[in-house]
Amino acid sequence: MSVKSLWEYANPKKFIQTTDRVLPWIAVLAVVSLVVGLIWGFFFTPDDFRQGSTVKIIYLHVPSALMAINAWLMMLVTSLIWIVRRHHVSALAARAAAPVGAVMTVIALATGAIWGQPMWGTWWAWDPRLTSFLILFLFYLGYIALWEAIENDDTAADLTSILCLVGSVFALLSRYAVNFWNQGLHQGASLSLDKEENVADVFWYPLLVCIAGFVLLFIALVFLRTQTEIRARRTRALLARERMG
Amino acid sequence: MGLNVSDLTIARGGIKVLEGVSFTLHAGSAIVLRGPNGIGKTTLLRTVAGLQPPIDGRVEADPDSLVYSGHADGIKATLTVSENLTFWAQVFGEADISNAIKAFQLERLASRPAGALSAGQKRRLGLARLLVTGRPIWVLDEPTVSLDVEAVGMFANAVRAHLARGGAALIATHIDLGLPEAEVLDAGQFRARAAALDDFDEAFL
Amino acid sequence: MIALLTRDLRLAMRAGGGFGLGLAFFLIVVTLVPFGVGPQSELLARIAAGILWLGALLSCLLSLDRIFALDWEDGSLDLLATAPLPMEAIVTIKALAHWLTTGLPLILAAPLFALLLSLPEAGYKPLILSLFLGTPALSVIGTFGAALTVGLKRGGLLLSLLVLPLYVPTLIFGAEMARRGVEGLDFTTPLLMLAGITCGTIALLPFASAAVLKVNLR
Repeated sequence: MSVKSLWEYANPKKFIQTTDRVLPWIAVLAVVSLVVGLIWGFFFTPDDFRQGSTVKIIYLHVPSALMAINAWLMMLVTSLIWIVRRHHVSALAARAAAPVGAVMTVIALATGAIWGQPMWGTWWAWDPRLTSFLILFLFYLGYIALWEAIENDDTAADLTSILCLVGSVFALLSRYAVNFWNQGLHQGASLSLDKEENVADVFWYPLLVCIAGFVLLFIALVFLRTQTEIRARRTRALLARERMG
Repeated sequence: MGLNVSDLTIARGGIKVLEGVSFTLHAGSAIVLRGPNGIGKTTLLRTVAGLQPPIDGRVEADPDSLVYSGHADGIKATLTVSENLTFWAQVFGEADISNAIKAFQLERLASRPAGALSAGQKRRLGLARLLVTGRPIWVLDEPTVSLDVEAVGMFANAVRAHLARGGAALIATHIDLGLPEAEVLDAGQFRARAAALDDFDEAFL
Repeated sequence: MIALLTRDLRLAMRAGGGFGLGLAFFLIVVTLVPFGVGPQSELLARIAAGILWLGALLSCLLSLDRIFALDWEDGSLDLLATAPLPMEAIVTIKALAHWLTTGLPLILAAPLFALLLSLPEAGYKPLILSLFLGTPALSVIGTFGAALTVGLKRGGLLLSLLVLPLYVPTLIFGAEMARRGVEGLDFTTPLLMLAGITCGTIALLPFASAAVLKVNLR
């Protein structure tokens, strides 16, 4: 088999064939790493000396927060590909990723609230990070609503991808504006490449496994949903063809 | 000056409606586009006017030579007839609206708010707009809807005068305009065949 | 371009709704706030700047769907698109007309409404200045939202959902500037940020609005 261009997978049929082959593996891997990571994290790590056992929600909170942002980044990239190269699969992948990203945002917000209650004594505070995530959630809602509202698929793809570009710029602006507006309670980044600032190793390894699990879960869901979108799109095309006679 | 359409394929709502559309419109001539409802006449005219991109093929014309008139006339009900016309004249960089008023006999209506006009009078105002644009190629979609016989005559005269000045017109219509010199183009001959079903690609068919 | 601007202004004057409605809505918001939070003037003084900013933002939102909807319905937009004006110029003019008919009256009425909410004297100048700098951005961003939803039958609610998150940075810096002014603090930083956002949106967003409008006209 010769080396293939990435763009070959932009063909809907080719995309479905390929993802059909890899989807079971990714799904199994996602489940395994989530189970391993969560059990390891919940039962085989010590309690934090200050936070007690509440710290263990980190294994859901941090990965979902990461994926909430990464999903938007993925939508930004696929929207750009649609605008530049007009591959339908790319636009449909962006559409497929949006609800997953929105749910990740909700998980991050909910676990954050549950964690915040014992730590800060409040379910919600207008802390910059929390506020930014709430705004991100609003962006997801608007994006999804625009997709749903437009009947013509190509028009919807064009409009939502431009909204995604503009929205990204404004989301970034909001992030800085919110930081300026209120200095918060939230701790700094839990993860960084600089090892000194990281959480301790005992928490770090199971956390990495959980993050891998969330990434794989995200990929599996996006593949599955993109397949669904492609098939729905084809069904509409076939129906329209029939009407035309 | 002229309009050359070659091998054009157009779609409506993602479905191909017409393919292989080719014709040439020369200065001083008119083409009347015919065909049953839903065949894609409006889509073709909008593509020619540059409002939507074709799937395939080319439209060759100076974009600053075309003026499009669709089902709606773009008339503001709260502005008077002459204010409406003056606005469009200014947008197209012209100043004189008296010719247009005269050609469609709008003198007595000139200071009336456009909202108070009847449907046929509004249509006359919409057609008078073509004259104030000063553009040579008219692309008209059903220009005679709601016009009475007399007004259709006014319209035919306006088109004839326009052609005599070296203009051109592409007109989609169902009725006889009284323009025997116009060439007739049947859109039905370009009807797109349904795509083969064996494989599906970017177009999902 | 000037013809388009004068036409839009004339239409707004004749149809009535343009000037009056947004302003009346602003007044109602300002009137309702004391009913909601209580009439103590110390409390009102503290939140006045924020309420005025929110009120201005909401009244601005109210008239957004009129920017393109009427021109869309009567076919003017199709005709304008084939006219010798670039689409970017059309959306810019539309945004300017919207600001002149909505934003400007709000700025002019703001001192009067600030009086109702017992805004401290030191707050007037920064409040007016912040509205003056911020409302153009509201109009330009709103024009983008209106262009996105122009073809939709019930676009009004969707328009709010799309536009409000985009308003966040403008609102934060605008209200922050007014608030710091009330407290007698230095408001240079939010002023510069607000001016920067407004300049940036005016410079860049018309291209996105024009692209979106062209897609919707297909």
